[in-house]
Amino acid sequence: MTPPPIEFLLYGGALALVALGLAGLVMARHLFRSILALGILEAGANLLLVLAGYRAGGVAPILTPGTLGQPMVDPVPQALVLTAIVIGVGVQALALALALRVHQAYGTLDVAEVRGRMEADTDAAAGLEPETSRDLPAVERPS
Amino acid sequence: MYWMVLLVLFVTITAALAVLLAPNLLAAVAASSVVSLALSVLFVILRAPDVALTEAAVGAGLSGVILALALRRLGLWGLGDDNRPAPAEGSGDA
Repeated sequence: MTPPPIEFLLYGGALALVALGLAGLVMARHLFRSILALGILEAGANLLLVLAGYRAGGVAPILTPGTLGQPMVDPVPQALVLTAIVIGVGVQALALALALRVHQAYGTLDVAEVRGRMEADTDAAAGLEPETSRDLPAVERPS
Repeated sequence: MYWMVLLVLFVTITAALAVLLAPNLLAAVAASSVVSLALSVLFVILRAPDVALTEAAVGAGLSGVILALALRRLGLWGLGDDNRPAPAEGSGDA
C-alpha cells in the first residue's frame, strides 16, 4: 500500500485546524480563549488557501535564471494569504481591545455571565422588566 | 520529506488542541505561537517562502506579543488555573 500524497495529508490537517477552531469558538466559556480559537480557525483557512495553489513538483514562484522554464506553484493564493495574515492580526487586536472594554465594564470575561449582564443592561435602558422564563406558568398554582 | 510533513502536522494539531485545553491562558498563548511557527514550516514545504516569513514574524511574533500584553492588562498573567472565570457548574471549559 502506497502512502497518500502529502497534499491529502495537508488537506486533512488544514480541515482539522478549521474544525478545532470552530469547536473552540463555539464551546469556549472564556472570551479570551475564543479569540485564540479564532486565530486557529484563521490559520487553518490560510493553510487551505495555500494548499489550493500547490502543485506537486513545482518550484517556489520566484523568478531566478535557474528556475525560468520550470512549473511553479500558483502565486495568487499566496499573495492573498499574505494579506490575510496581516489582516488577521488586525482583527485579533480589535477583538482584544473589545475584550478589554468588556472586562472594564463588567469585571469578568465569562461568556454566559457577560451576556446575562448585557441583556439586563439593555432591558434596564429600555425600561423593561427583567425577562423571566417563558415556560413559567402565568399564575401561581392554586394550593 | 513525508515524515517531516507528518511530524510538523502532528505538532500543529497538538498545539492547537493545547490552545483549547490548556489550564491557564499564558500557556494557551504560547501554544498559539507554536501553531503559527509550525504553520510557517508547512508553508516552506508548500513552496511559499514569503508567506512563511510573514507568518513567522507576524503570526508567531507580533500576535504573541499583543496577546501577552492583553493578558497582562486583564490581570490573567500567571501560571494558575484560569479555567473558571465564574465558580459555577462544570469543571473544564473549551
